Amino acid sequence: MLKLPIYLDNNATTPLDPRVLEAMMPYLTTEFGNAASRSHAFGWRAEEAVEEAREQIAALVGGVGKEIVFTSGATESNNLAIKGIAEFYKEKGDHIITCRTEHKAVLDTCKRLERQGYRVTYLPVEKDGRISMDELRAAITDKTILVSIMFANNEIGTVQPVAEIGALCREKGILFHCDAVQGVGKLPFDVEQVKADVVSISAHKMYGPKGVGALWVRRKPRVRIAPIIDGGGHERGMRSGTLNVPGIVGFGKAAELARTEMAEEGLRTGRLRKKLQDYLFAHLDHLELNGHPEHRLPGNLNVSFAFVEGEALMMAIKNVAVSSGSACTSASLEPSYVLRACGVSEDLAHTSIRFGIGRFNTDEEIDFVGRYVVEQVQKLREMSPLYEMAKEGIDLSKIEWAAH
Amino acid sequence: MAYGDKVLQHYENPKNVGTLDKNDPNVGTGLVGAPACGDVMRLQIKISDDGKIQDAKFKTFGCGSAIASSSLVTEWVKGKTVDEAMTIKNTHIAQELSLPPVKIHCSVLAEDAIKAAIADWRKKNAAKTQTSQTQPEQRAE
Repeated sequence: MLKLPIYLDNNATTPLDPRVLEAMMPYLTTEFGNAASRSHAFGWRAEEAVEEAREQIAALVGGVGKEIVFTSGATESNNLAIKGIAEFYKEKGDHIITCRTEHKAVLDTCKRLERQGYRVTYLPVEKDGRISMDELRAAITDKTILVSIMFANNEIGTVQPVAEIGALCREKGILFHCDAVQGVGKLPFDVEQVKADVVSISAHKMYGPKGVGALWVRRKPRVRIAPIIDGGGHERGMRSGTLNVPGIVGFGKAAELARTEMAEEGLRTGRLRKKLQDYLFAHLDHLELNGHPEHRLPGNLNVSFAFVEGEALMMAIKNVAVSSGSACTSASLEPSYVLRACGVSEDLAHTSIRFGIGRFNTDEEIDFVGRYVVEQVQKLREMSPLYEMAKEGIDLSKIEWAAH
Repeated sequence: MAYGDKVLQHYENPKNVGTLDKNDPNVGTGLVGAPACGDVMRLQIKISDDGKIQDAKFKTFGCGSAIASSSLVTEWVKGKTVDEAMTIKNTHIAQELSLPPVKIHCSVLAEDAIKAAIADWRKKNAAKTQTSQTQPEQRAE
């Protein structure tokens, strides 16, 4: 039996895997010790659990446990990485390179640093969402201390050429921070192969709990980071604050599951995405795929349904949880900056829907969603003056619209 | 966006979706908004010889409240004289649908659509309208 509503927003967050909850339960109940308590067994057991999680998470990205700094989530990890490096290496240089399609946790952090006197280059992206290596190379100066480029984009799923970026940064002696939140656990990511120096990871994007993330910080050669939170000197002084033991234990278990099941799961979610994509494109005209056709997260499908506004479509498919790049879903009234950076026109950006397929989605669900979306898009297009005009052969770009 | 019941009712069962013949001299067509802004409304009204709006149809590209605002105004203008229809204000629409502040522009667009449709009809019938100059009736709220 199909259970409604169907959750297809796994790029926003993922459900907690029951096996993760099971691992966490003791630490939410009897094992409540503070991992920093060195004087009794409660503390020792909590610390032991945290250290095991560190190893599990490090193993997922090819690092070692000592390189993991726990945080409250990836927003904090990104803030810590960028502000911490900018602060520590300010004598060396004042220039940071990032890209226009990064998450707001990176972009807004960079904007704050600009107000403090740092210089930031926001690289453009190609139509498919990837940066150009030539443009990155050209942007590097002798004052560049950090390049921050994500592994995979949260909206359009595009995977950046991180290994090439890492190699270039290593060659130039510049640190490379990678916000790997969306890709880690979905696609292989190895810090040695990528030559990354700092990597942001989040638990709740990989079927772990919310409120816990990590920053992997390279030890050889050692990367230094100035803390942004002061206190008891936890996490080797990089992030003070009592550790979220149950969250960390869940994060560790989620990372272990991701590592052992990634290959099979990637094939499965990729197949389901392909199935949905093929069905939609076979049954509807005037569709645009956003993001890269191949270099993308297996479960991410982002499509513009021309002539149908995104929020209206989401209301029409209310039994399916998805998200949209339409302005109407945000308070800003601006359509998705990620799509805009990819050169998607404003009118098409308003019609985009992101489907995020995850571990628990089934073939039956995808078949239902395909049929449901096609039916509702057809219905809304019958209601759309733009679709009628397009069918009559009117060139919509030639009309003088009154912007409001 | 969490909407009120009236928006949902109009969104789920929109009234008067469709197209009137834009070349009919008795039909006024108003096309307002812009695709780049995420909403375009087309309101068409058919006006009888006694100056009353006998039919109204709409098509809208836009969010739920844009569709609901268009559907609502097609219902409101039907049976009204042109001058009465001119008195419909965006605030009435916003109030009727309990639109949140971020969606007020949808009601503004619906008011503009009525005015644009009437202006189009007046342009077509510049000579005939001389005879239908009646005093606009005050709306009792």
